[in-house]
Amino acid sequence: MSVRVRIPTILRTYTGGDSEVTAEGATLAEVLDNLDASFAGIKGRILDEDGKLRRFVNVYVNNDDVRFEQDLATPTPDGAEVSVIPAVAGGC
Amino acid sequence: MSAVVTEAPETTTQPGLREGAFGNATSLSCRECGHLVALGPFYACPECFGPLEITYEFPQVTREEIEAGPRNIWRYKALLPVPTDIETSPNTEPGFTRLLEAKNLAAELGIAKLWVKDDSTNPTNSFKDRVVACALSAARELGATTFACPSTGNLANAVAAAGARAGIKTVVFIPSNLETPKQVNSAIFTENLVAVDGNYDDVNKLASEIAGEEEGWAFVNVNVRPYYAEGSKTLGYEIAEQLGWRLPDQVVIPVASGSQLTKVDKAFQELIKLGLVEDKAYRIFGAQATGCGPVATAYKAGTDAIRPVKPDTIAKSLAIGNPADGIYVLDIARRTGGSVEEVTDDEIREGIVLLARTEGIFTETAGGTTTAVTKKLVETGQLDPSLETVIINTGHGLKTLDSISGQVGPAATIAPSYDAFKATGL
Repeated sequence: MSVRVRIPTILRTYTGGDSEVTAEGATLAEVLDNLDASFAGIKGRILDEDGKLRRFVNVYVNNDDVRFEQDLATPTPDGAEVSVIPAVAGGC
Repeated sequence: MSAVVTEAPETTTQPGLREGAFGNATSLSCRECGHLVALGPFYACPECFGPLEITYEFPQVTREEIEAGPRNIWRYKALLPVPTDIETSPNTEPGFTRLLEAKNLAAELGIAKLWVKDDSTNPTNSFKDRVVACALSAARELGATTFACPSTGNLANAVAAAGARAGIKTVVFIPSNLETPKQVNSAIFTENLVAVDGNYDDVNKLASEIAGEEEGWAFVNVNVRPYYAEGSKTLGYEIAEQLGWRLPDQVVIPVASGSQLTKVDKAFQELIKLGLVEDKAYRIFGAQATGCGPVATAYKAGTDAIRPVKPDTIAKSLAIGNPADGIYVLDIARRTGGSVEEVTDDEIREGIVLLARTEGIFTETAGGTTTAVTKKLVETGQLDPSLETVIINTGHGLKTLDSISGQVGPAATIAPSYDAFKATGL
């Protein structure tokens, strides 16, 4: 399963400045492992010490927030787009 | 605008920026891990993605200096990340809105002393003019050529109007299903209103991606968010100054992302540290809608874990399912002895009518939420009715007419005759 991963600016030091890279994996967890094999250390920026998504990072698979799907077990079908985005918000 | 910072800076400001571009601000620091980042167009910690917060070294500031300033937020410019000549750049000059003693509402709710901080009188009729004015200053200083935001209403209005006045290109992104009146409120100020097929979360995500790719774009609530958010402190400064340089006992504040509540607390703490008000205990309460109440849910569960929700409420300006500052709202509510409460959409409508019928203030759904939550806090014994209380009205009801139009209308429809009038019993 080959997926496209959108990299936020603050993690592009790991990808040589690339804003999009490809990775392999049938689930988000596998994609992050594969990403870390190519860009050592990047997974540790997205996941906390307990291996969970950091509180202030949002990850989307094909525009769906994985927190409303299956978190790290969310399937990543061939050709899927994974986006990693720092949490921001409007409102009061 | 470059947006890559990988290590703690040796200088506190990005190279190329003018001296004093951000006033007395010294750096950005991560609220989670304390990592320091140079002042620049950055909003997320490069170490842990935590939100970046402005830190300052304030000079001695006196009440007299502030009182001699303009009747807008720039009277507090020494406490904001803006240059000392901020008044010379065209902006909407928001703030110093009225603080009304609400005697009728106080009597209705059984509160001894109640005030409404009425931010519906800002230039585009919501508190967003405050934060946008600070974001505009940062955008200018950072050399941005486009001023932008994702929004469902108030923010879009404020950004489009401020950009028009400043003569900077604005681009405003909204969900395509937004009601026509809300589109008009922004489109009147800008040619560049972009309707996105998706909900607010989709629009927000798109904005974050554009901010990461496009040079020279300042998204007020994305890459210049640390500067933007500081504008909400002025609500806290004004409440204290308008009370005669003292803090209230209790404040009730609406919570979407939670930013405003955390900034009012920050403002009170700064005023205490600067000796501008006496140090005293105060309690801060957060107000949410049941249809989007992840912070209230976490508060009641006694946990720090805020579970994101899919919003379903008429209070659109509070409909943020994954509130970035929610954890800090919990900290503040618990630290100060306040709480976070929620009310249903019906209660929100009743809150809007209650504030209008008692005080002549037409509030939007967020203010209806705050009013209804205040009532609930009294009824449930969470808020002490013997203490002086301030509630914040964040925006004007004309912006959310659709939410209330079915609730109010003619008491009677009569023939144009005196007999018909008498028959109404009015």
